[in-house]
Amino acid sequence: MNGGLGTIDAAPLIEVSNLTYAIDGRTIFDGLNLRAERGRITAIMGPSGTGKTTLLRLLMGAIRPLSGSVRIFGEDVTRMSRAQLYAMRTRVGMLFQNGALLTDLNVFENVAFPLREHASLPEAVLQRLVLMKLQAVGLRGAAAMMPSSLSGGMARRVALARAIVMDPEVLVYDEPFVGLDPISMGVTLRLIQTLNASLGITSVVVSHDVHEINAIAHQSYLLSEGRVAASGSPEELRVAALPVVTQFMNGLADGPVPFHYPAPDYRQQLLGAPPGAAIGAGQT
Amino acid sequence: MSGISTSRRRGSAPFDAFGSIGGVALFLLRILRQCGPALRAPRHIVAQIYNAGARSLVIVMLCGLFVGMVLGLQGYDLLARFGSESALGVAAALGLIKELGPVVTALLFAGRAGTSLTSEIGLMRATDQLTAMEMMAVDPVRRVVAPRFIGGVIAVPLLTAIFDVVGLLGAHLVGVGLMGVESGSFWSQMQSAVEMDDINEGLIKSVCFGVACSLMAVYQGYHTVPTASGVGLATTRTVVVSAVLTLILDYMLTAAFL
Repeated sequence: MNGGLGTIDAAPLIEVSNLTYAIDGRTIFDGLNLRAERGRITAIMGPSGTGKTTLLRLLMGAIRPLSGSVRIFGEDVTRMSRAQLYAMRTRVGMLFQNGALLTDLNVFENVAFPLREHASLPEAVLQRLVLMKLQAVGLRGAAAMMPSSLSGGMARRVALARAIVMDPEVLVYDEPFVGLDPISMGVTLRLIQTLNASLGITSVVVSHDVHEINAIAHQSYLLSEGRVAASGSPEELRVAALPVVTQFMNGLADGPVPFHYPAPDYRQQLLGAPPGAAIGAGQT
Repeated sequence: MSGISTSRRRGSAPFDAFGSIGGVALFLLRILRQCGPALRAPRHIVAQIYNAGARSLVIVMLCGLFVGMVLGLQGYDLLARFGSESALGVAAALGLIKELGPVVTALLFAGRAGTSLTSEIGLMRATDQLTAMEMMAVDPVRRVVAPRFIGGVIAVPLLTAIFDVVGLLGAHLVGVGLMGVESGSFWSQMQSAVEMDDINEGLIKSVCFGVACSLMAVYQGYHTVPTASGVGLATTRTVVVSAVLTLILDYMLTAAFL
């Protein structure tokens, strides 16, 4: 494990080994290693642009890495056929950053969608199951509403109800706290914790909300420059002396992750070149 | 090169879709493979026939009426030079059934329903709805694309038939009501001259145009660059490529039927 601070003994449910991925010539991951243990909440943190969402897409087999392996339930996702991937995904729920609710279906039908597609249940049973999941996220009363009339927090909770309606063994969350007010954030935090504690769901949470995610995570990974910069329990990360960890955990503007995106010399660009001439060069 | 810059470059050349014929063909095969499963949920297909077909009825009927009326005027003017005004019914019927009906309906379908399909699927792509389906182990091609494709293929021949009928009424309105052609000869000459082969030709053309326009609409939507400008470009491409494809296919089919 790269820069690992903690020791993990339990058998992992998800294991990423030597993962390498690049897009448009830019390396996103270079020999990434991490794992998520059964029944625990694993946090994956890192500054914006470090490839956290890309990592989730790799975990779900939506994209293929250049090399390395991603094992879920002991099977290598990178070698799965479409049918095998779909079989795996019936056991894994995913919460999207924007909820990704189907806009032409109401809340009830959105939550019922996976059941209608995968299970031939009598309508009465399906209705009870959907209402139970909506009750779990506190939105049974919003069953008839359309996604366009939901607030961001409500949409996220409906998406969570949809993600758990098939009773998955693993739930992956993509930035579940982004754009939420404090109340919605607290509700979402409690829901993730409750689902993990009461249903034993293994959770992988991608987030850059340090304090929120550290409050519930059992194991955290901090990604930087395509690798795991540090890993361990939230407490271990908090006291780690690595500069990148200190910068991220304390929200410092400058440090190993620079404040400025690479650019040509500031003075030269302001005074020397004609307007617009150097701007393109700075973006290469 | 990024997806956006690529799409900008490609969008400047309206015929760029011909450069990815292989991709379109593979996508068609993928849709055809999912047509069987999609047919097992007919309510989705019926909904799409309503969306693509029933909602295009007003524009198709309105255009059919005026195309028929113009045909009545022009046909009368031409036939009157040879003293054959009574053949106006035949001329209008053959023109509408074999040519104008399928072509104009396909162009209208591409402009009304095709753009709607593209933008709908494109927005689903941009808002991660298609990705969410994939993550829920639901193939979006089966659940979203195939019903819309089948709905379009069924809707175009039905709309063409309605266009033909309304067009003939328009030609009758002008030819008989305005220009004084005898109503009996208008209908009887049409009845004796128009054969089943003519109707089949129109039907086959409309099915082919339905396949082409629906395929283009769902292909462009499914492969939309997930940005606002990407959706705009995809809808533009749907209209341009569908129109060009319809006219090329029309020539090829007409040549094949002669």
